[in-house]
Amino acid sequence: MSNDVILRVDELTKVFGDLVAVDRLSFSLSRGEVVGLLGANGAGKTTALHMILGVLRPTSGRIEIFGRDLHRHRIEVLSRMNFSSVDVNLPANLRVWQNLWIFAKLYGVPDARSRMDMLLELLEIGHLRNAITGHLSSGEQTRLNLCKALLNDPELLLLDEPTSSLDPDIADKVRKLLRRIQRERGLSILYTSHNMRDIEEVCDRILFIHRGRLIAEGPPQQVIRQFRHRNLEELFIHIARHGEVVVRGDDV
Amino acid sequence: MSLRRVWILVLRYVFIYRRSWVRMLEILFWPTMELLVWGYVTRFIQRAGQGELPHLITFLIGAMIFWDILYRSQQGITLSFLEDVWTRNLLNVFCGPVRLAEYIMGAFLFGLLRVSVTLVFLVILAWILYQFNLFSLGFYLVPFVANLLVLGLALGMMTTAIIIRYGQGAEALAWGVPFLVQPFAAVFYPVSVLPKPMQMIAYAIPCTHVFEGMREVIRSGVMSWSHLGWAMGLNLVYLAVAMWLLVRMFNVALDHGLIAKLGTE
Repeated sequence: MSNDVILRVDELTKVFGDLVAVDRLSFSLSRGEVVGLLGANGAGKTTALHMILGVLRPTSGRIEIFGRDLHRHRIEVLSRMNFSSVDVNLPANLRVWQNLWIFAKLYGVPDARSRMDMLLELLEIGHLRNAITGHLSSGEQTRLNLCKALLNDPELLLLDEPTSSLDPDIADKVRKLLRRIQRERGLSILYTSHNMRDIEEVCDRILFIHRGRLIAEGPPQQVIRQFRHRNLEELFIHIARHGEVVVRGDDV
Repeated sequence: MSLRRVWILVLRYVFIYRRSWVRMLEILFWPTMELLVWGYVTRFIQRAGQGELPHLITFLIGAMIFWDILYRSQQGITLSFLEDVWTRNLLNVFCGPVRLAEYIMGAFLFGLLRVSVTLVFLVILAWILYQFNLFSLGFYLVPFVANLLVLGLALGMMTTAIIIRYGQGAEALAWGVPFLVQPFAAVFYPVSVLPKPMQMIAYAIPCTHVFEGMREVIRSGVMSWSHLGWAMGLNLVYLAVAMWLLVRMFNVALDHGLIAKLGTE
């Protein structure tokens, strides 16, 4: 892993009225690194992700992607990254190839057709090329969303719950595939999931957020040891229920 | 602005419509129903008037077709935006390399395509059913239609801005906004029949001047350049206000996370 920083988040804060959703969050992501963003529901993960995607303006702080300020160079930056979320779909009445072709063209992908075919085969949905998107199972739609997210050969990929609707077999294949692409292409991934196995298997480093604040950071095994838990799931439950205790360092 | 991205966005809507007979039918069904109702009402009134109202068919059918141009071009923008909301695809678009201006331009151009299909269909149908020839307006048809399209664009942007700000609860405005304008715009009757206070409002709406101008051309064959000038001037003001409102609401949406909410709720 090189020290080439792809994403730098500096003192990022988002306030909605009285609620501080994200509180002075700072971290960076290097080229080829996979970082898991963890936290209970309402911890501020999605808010942070939306700010990094440029669809939510921070109250204060700075986001630099590929060394450029996101808000000043939005189009340039967004064309080199991509995202997939379990909450976002592609138009249901279009065929699979039509949806992918549109996004390939929007991202300016050269030789869109062969790129689409390659990704569909890679995610084992090549036989669904002509299927209506709305007729796909949720697992197939998740894989289609991943195809869309990989279309432009992104340097930075933001994945929000990418394996949540997949069966264990396909989820395992997707994790391995992401790892393989990440190794081969030097892809950097910011990954959110409530599946701790995903995180332990895929992520080089984790960021634990509680009530908008970063409370733990490091490689998964190191963080687990640091907080004296047996695995990430136990740690997650502990932080979700007693986050303040951890913040004060009582468990360390 | 990238014309390539605008073109892809237009193609995207073409794909969506080509795959949906319900949407395709909607482009033709409602205008046909309106034409039938207005056409036969007009015939009935004309017969009752025993030839006293020689231009009635032309006035009312022409007004109905012009009104449809305005309505469909406004909807072109708003419904295209709502398509992305309904399919939870909005985040895919706005997290990609797409500018707001490109998005609106794509929706407007697709709206033009929709209007063109509806217009051709209505012109043929009006000729067959009522022997009404819209092209009897001659060259004047061009500035009239252009002004209606521009007002449709402005109203579409304003409606989209409100939906962005207030969410899907405000989506009924997509169909309602033009009808807020209609009573004042003197679509089917001259401004002179309105009470004085309503006349003042009427003259502040660009399409009022288009409908008044159309009636004058039909009646006398002469174009009222002052009406055309007013329509163009007011349209510029409306367009500027609509752009300002859309950008303002988009910025509010970015501050409050409304784009993400609209795209996933």
